[in-house]
Formats: sequence, C-alpha cells, structure tokens
Amino acid sequence: MHELAITESVLEIALRHGRAAGAARITDLHLVIGELSSVVDESVQFYWDIVSEGSAAAGATLHFRRVPAQLVCRACGHSYSPRQALPCPACGSEDIRVATGEEFYLEAIDVASKEADAVALSETP
Amino acid sequence: MTQRVAVVERILGANDRLAADNRARLDAAGVFSLNFLASPGAGKTSLVEQTVSLLAGRLRLAVIDGDIATSIDADRAAAAGATAVQINTGGECHLDAVMLQGALDQLDLSAVDLLIVENVGNLICPANFALGTHKSILVASVPEGDDKPYKYPGTYRGVDALVINKIDLLPYVRFDMDYFRRGVAALNPGLVTFPLSCRTGEGLEAWLDWVVAQVATGKMTHG
Repeated sequence: MHELAITESVLEIALRHGRAAGAARITDLHLVIGELSSVVDESVQFYWDIVSEGSAAAGATLHFRRVPAQLVCRACGHSYSPRQALPCPACGSEDIRVATGEEFYLEAIDVASKEADAVALSETP
Repeated sequence: MTQRVAVVERILGANDRLAADNRARLDAAGVFSLNFLASPGAGKTSLVEQTVSLLAGRLRLAVIDGDIATSIDADRAAAAGATAVQINTGGECHLDAVMLQGALDQLDLSAVDLLIVENVGNLICPANFALGTHKSILVASVPEGDDKPYKYPGTYRGVDALVINKIDLLPYVRFDMDYFRRGVAALNPGLVTFPLSCRTGEGLEAWLDWVVAQVATGKMTHG
C-alpha cells in the first residue's frame, strides 16, 4: 500500500543512473522483487505512468523479476517454501534462514542515447 | 538502439540513508529510541501509556505518534506524562525516515532520555521503512490469534523484542502459545519476549526493567 513512495524512489534511482550514463531516454526498467518484500507489481505499474510523466523515463516499460521465498534449514539443509511451513518440514528444526525472497532493488535500466535528447534529460528532476 | 546499464541499487536506499541521519542525531543527543510496531488494536498506545506513566519519575520521555488521522494517541501519551508529537500520515500506511525527521525537529532532544515512536497500526508496511530508531518492538496480542508470525513473517523477522499483550484474555480465546512461539522462533531465534497485560499490569515489570537497561546501555555506548 506504499507503492507510490516506492515508485517515486524507483524513478529517482533510474533517472540518476540514466544521467550518469549520459542517456537521453530510459526505455526499460528491470526490477527485482522478492516474495517477502510485500510489494505489489500491479500497483507499482499503476503509479509508474503518473509518476514518470514528463521525465526522461516517461512511458518506459517495467519488468518485474519475482524471486520466490526460499527457506533453508540450518540443521538438516532442507530447502523449502514458507508457504509450506515455517519450522523445517523435514526435521522440525526452528533454526532456519531465509535464502531468497527479501530482494528489492533496481537491477538495470535500458537507455537510448541520442545527443539531441540529452538536454531534456538534464532538465528532469 | 538501446543499451543496458547495470544499476543494482536498493529501492529504499534513500530512506535508509535518512534513517542513518536520524540515528546519528539521536545518538548525538543521547536519546535512546524504540519503534513500536503492531496491528491496530494490539495495545500499542496502552503499552505507551503504561511505560510512560511507570517510568516518568526515572526517565524523561517523549512519544512520537504516527496515525492516519486524529491526535487521540498523542493526547493519551501526553496525559500519561510524556512530551508528545503527533504525525498524521494522511493515508500513508507507515512512518518513514522523512516523517520521523520532521517530528524530531519538534522535540528538544537534549531534554529526552527515551523516545518511543508509535508506528501506524499495520503489520506489513512499517517493516520495510527504517526510521533510525535503536530497537523495534513488536506488540502482538492474544485476541489477534496465534497464526500472526506465519502470516506476517517480514515484521516478525525484523524486530528486536516482542511483547505479547492481553495475556489476561488467554482463558477466553483460543491461542496456542506453543504454536505461536514456534513460529516466532523460526523467524527470529532467541527473540526476547515479554508476555504481559497492560490492563492487569501482569508482566509489566520485566518489560520495564528491560527498557531501563536498554536506555542505560544506549547511554554508555553513545552518551
């Protein structure tokens, strides 16, 4: 439910890296979102069109790579999903660690570099 | 013609940086701070009231209350004896480091030993937004049910202490304490836990002793 703030943050990061790369436009954003990070793709997509309007990333396509949550039992090494159980379903141990699922970052952007567009980019926030 | 640019930057990095600023500011002023997380109705404000009124003679307390609307919680904290600041988030489901920064501006931190931040009642979103507070306290309660660690793993994983409030209701509602604690243990091994009742006062002493010890340790480290 805080996807607006998150989307603004995504835009800020993308524009900053776009500028650093001397890009004119950002065409694609590649986001990595773990299952445990409680972020809803559809909601980010919804805000994206509004938030990115008028910026060098306007109309860019968002790509979401969802990472499923994976727990690993420290006692027996069994690997499982928290949807099944929290304590290890194989040996019952509570000594577990989260191997994946907490990711939440912008992995990469695709940029178009056209000299003429560089001015427009430098004027974006 | 497009080109791939590697970024690999945490999306909430800006919030995390501001949270670090908040922490530095609290440390410089010698203030120890707690962030209370809970679902609505678990008893965050009741725990704030009890903590403030029972520690008021020993520590100088301030409370920052986050709510979507109204100053009911800040009023209750003030009535109990704390300096209170209300943040109305206007619909946001959590406090973030920027909001806390604004609230810190309204306090004379040099006159505070312990700051309690009461987050918005919500078991999901606040876990993602660091504030810069020293310890996060999850206030669970018996009537919510024993399945909450299983349903909200993110919040249970990220906290430094757990209060189980309303234990006076254990005879009346179905709450399997073993099942609850097994879930907690899997997510947050060794988590210090205080079963208590804000209504009857049972168990409050252990909680208060822990808070006082934390403040003392914090002062030794930074004060």
